[in-house]
Amino acid sequence: MSNIPDELAYSAEHEWVAGDPEAGGVVTVGITEHAAQALGDIVYVEAPRVGDTVVAGEVCGELESTKAVSELYSPVSGTVTAVNEGLESSPETIGSDAYGEGWIYKVELSETPADLLDAEAYAATIA
Amino acid sequence: MSDALRSPLHDRHVALGATLVPFAGWEMPVRYSGDISEHTAVRTAAGLFDLSHMGEVAVRGADAAAFLEHALVGRISAVALGGAKYSMMCTPEGGVVDDLIVYRRDWDHFVVVANAANKDVVLAELEVRLAGFDADVEDISAEIALIAVQGPRAEGIVARMCARGADDIVAMRYYSAVNVLLEGDIHAFVARTGYTGEDGFELFVNAADATAVWDLALAAGEGDGIVPCGLSSRDTLRLEAGMPLYGQELSRDLTPFDAGLGRVVVFGTPAKPRGDFVGRDALLKVKAAGPERTLVGLVGDGRRAARAGYAVLDAEGAEVGEVTSGAPSPTLGRPIAMAYVPPALAEPGTVVGIDVRGRREDMTVVALPFYSRAS
Repeated sequence: MSNIPDELAYSAEHEWVAGDPEAGGVVTVGITEHAAQALGDIVYVEAPRVGDTVVAGEVCGELESTKAVSELYSPVSGTVTAVNEGLESSPETIGSDAYGEGWIYKVELSETPADLLDAEAYAATIA
Repeated sequence: MSDALRSPLHDRHVALGATLVPFAGWEMPVRYSGDISEHTAVRTAAGLFDLSHMGEVAVRGADAAAFLEHALVGRISAVALGGAKYSMMCTPEGGVVDDLIVYRRDWDHFVVVANAANKDVVLAELEVRLAGFDADVEDISAEIALIAVQGPRAEGIVARMCARGADDIVAMRYYSAVNVLLEGDIHAFVARTGYTGEDGFELFVNAADATAVWDLALAAGEGDGIVPCGLSSRDTLRLEAGMPLYGQELSRDLTPFDAGLGRVVVFGTPAKPRGDFVGRDALLKVKAAGPERTLVGLVGDGRRAARAGYAVLDAEGAEVGEVTSGAPSPTLGRPIAMAYVPPALAEPGTVVGIDVRGRREDMTVVALPFYSRAS
């Protein structure tokens, strides 16, 4: 079973959310270790850009691995305030440090997210 | 995957933490430690592959050679004892039924190795085409396990696995095959063939000996850094080597000439005649007319890879062809692909566009293969 830190919130689409998920707050988003392992070696990350609007449950980017391309869904709604530039040259960081240096983007929330799961609930979805 | 067939090495894959996927009716490892690390291991040291899903058909009888020369497009009668030949089975219209390797074990004994997905079709066609020949055809797939050791270190590894025959392993030419006795009193038919573009060996053993041979290979190769490799790395390795995959570069709708493999079709000459074969007349016409499409290699400068099925676009954005295979190349560090394009766009250096999920990415035509091993 992959690592699922207790202090984070999760989506059913295998993203994690760090920070204070309330309207007006800024959160950090990435994908879980479970998702990173399933993707295999990630070779290219197409993240949303600073200033983009993201909508909870909708596709906001792509993750390309050697074998396939996966859509990146946003777990929250709001405006993108920062993007992890390091993933441009080192996309494999998502695989090696999914919850730390592998963060993908930050969002200023336009609304409180409704459907996030806690660690236990997320673990149950992938069991 | 309760309906899927399991390899005799299934328990080994599970114990190694392999990710198993359905493939041609089998449950096979797509990766163990990582796609790129497995690919790199084959290019720099050695990889170990379970190929037990492939189909093996034994062809025996006084007319075995003449029969195969009729059923397939190549000059099978010219294959020497202990030789191997890459060939194809075509329909009467010249479409490819399968690409396969034929091994000559004796004057009247051949083994045909077919793609897993095509084994039943190849077997059925061989049986139909047998009419009038003194030979018989037997599906031996279930009795055989096929294990491959591929990479620059493969020769030393396989030689170390032998109780008898190590000298043959070292001396044998590429595309030949020998019988050896492996440690543990295990008989193996070993071919110096492969699907990676590296030196390598494919070991045909009894299914009951599969786990022993797998363990023997891992032990013999430990010092060289052998790693188990799955279907994902197998695909990127053969793509870099410019080798076709049936179902992508080859199909019943395509002829060997479309795929740039007209060399496998031998029509014969007055000086060196060759009997009739299935598809001969149609293929003669195709060869004379010239191809309507050409298989080319493509390399990209961007980061997004072309994938099978993506459209090839001309300068005006019109759809003119289709990508058959594509992936990021671990060795080249760039996306590579194979695609069918109009012959007018097949010149190396031509730039074409690929529709990569709604955005155009440019790729440049290059001669295949993308990668060749140092001799």
